[in-house]
Amino acid sequence: MIKYLLVFAAILGMGWILWQLGVEFQTAQELNPLASEYVRGSTSDLNMPNAVTAVVVSYRGLDTLGEVTVLFLATAGIGFLLKRKKRSAGLEIDDADGAANVPVCDESALAGLEFDATGTTDPQNNLSNSLSSLSNSVVKNETLSSSAVKTRTEGSEILKTGSNLLVPMIVVLGIYIFTHGHLSPGGGFQGGVVIASGILMLIMAEVRFHLSHLLLHISESLSGLAYVAMGLAGLILLGVHHFLDPRYLLAGKFLALFSAGAVPVIYSLIGIKVGSELASVLASIQHEGEDL
Amino acid sequence: MFETITLIFLGLISVAAAIFAIYTKRVVSAVIASGVISLSASIMFLLAAAPDVAMTEATIGAGLTTVIFLYALKHIRASREGKDD
Amino acid sequence: MILLITGMLLILAGIWAILVKKDIIRMIIGFTVVDTGVHLLIVAIGYVKGGTAPIIDRAVSTADASFAGLQAISKVVDPVPSALVLTAIVIGLAVTGLMLAYAVRLNKATGSTNIDDHEEQKW
Repeated sequence: MIKYLLVFAAILGMGWILWQLGVEFQTAQELNPLASEYVRGSTSDLNMPNAVTAVVVSYRGLDTLGEVTVLFLATAGIGFLLKRKKRSAGLEIDDADGAANVPVCDESALAGLEFDATGTTDPQNNLSNSLSSLSNSVVKNETLSSSAVKTRTEGSEILKTGSNLLVPMIVVLGIYIFTHGHLSPGGGFQGGVVIASGILMLIMAEVRFHLSHLLLHISESLSGLAYVAMGLAGLILLGVHHFLDPRYLLAGKFLALFSAGAVPVIYSLIGIKVGSELASVLASIQHEGEDL
Repeated sequence: MFETITLIFLGLISVAAAIFAIYTKRVVSAVIASGVISLSASIMFLLAAAPDVAMTEATIGAGLTTVIFLYALKHIRASREGKDD
Repeated sequence: MILLITGMLLILAGIWAILVKKDIIRMIIGFTVVDTGVHLLIVAIGYVKGGTAPIIDRAVSTADASFAGLQAISKVVDPVPSALVLTAIVIGLAVTGLMLAYAVRLNKATGSTNIDDHEEQKW
């Protein structure tokens, strides 16, 4: 009861803080000077219709770099925590479970093997067989005691036919969204998430589709490296104060696809990176605990 | 006028879904309710003239977050079934 | 204004869920609700009365492209909170995924997701 009263007091305190924010709030009538400077600069300096893309890629480019770093760290953490068991004959190192995997000699394993050893004609061979199987069962205690073998369930007929039709269209939609990020609402993050959801549909529908984790890691690392390299190219080519300044490529015609300097290239690299990161997160979550 | 009514309606749906997500007994229903909150927030972003944010919230909030929650629930349930032999 | 009130109510509901509930999955759902409320709050601050989306092509103003920025200033919503919320949504997804990976691992090690069963870490 005391706990509920204290929680209620905490909620009232937080509500009072939010009320102080909201009681003097008036909807703004016109843009503040910083935002009007960004809006003016995005059409005249950077030659780009989408002001939000200008703010994300160029004016606040360091925030985007930090976000890409946080995504990378979270993906690495998830990939470290959710492991897939390797099918090995020797000692299985699955040490995140702690005490559950201490090799303990089961009475039942011993009893079953003793009864097996008396039924055959060759005692020496059978003794060595039973000893090796006993050692295997001692070591892989967890895999023998789990009753169900984790297999991948086959997708239904509707899912397979639908995925054959839809996955190419979803991937093309994702590529369209991140290449036209500077002309219409969209950009790298939205396009990357759409591509990752297309790959998720492919994983769910096809049982025999082996997603190569190595390919996803390579594409993610290379695109992240290329993004930082393009930022450094702005630093080298334009002067000291111009990290992540996209003006060193051609400005082009307004509303054309290849315009606004290096912004389409930067957003495409971010889109590829986010797409492969989220696809690897989804693949490692789905295939957790299965045998390779 | 019409926009204000739509915004009030969506706000009521969000708060009702939040209360439902706290006090329901099944966890799967709570996960789907959080997806409904994200979807109505996405439509409110669109009515507040921020289409980039609406697109991002719709794909990530109502899409990937719900899928990741359901996968985690599947693994939790499977490892509990495995221990109850 | 309505976005502001809805965002505040969602923040309060989410904090209530984090503090009262005992199941780890419900706490993570509470975190997600708090995230959505905060994003609504930030976008509500950037709204300009009668404004439109910050995409300045020839539909917003009828002048030339180099003058489009100058004439669109009084009619366009603030782009900076939109950019900040874009970043925040993706980071919220990453943190939610990491929390769920920890919850799955904790359940595999001890067999339950109730925080009352994990009393050995209380001081």
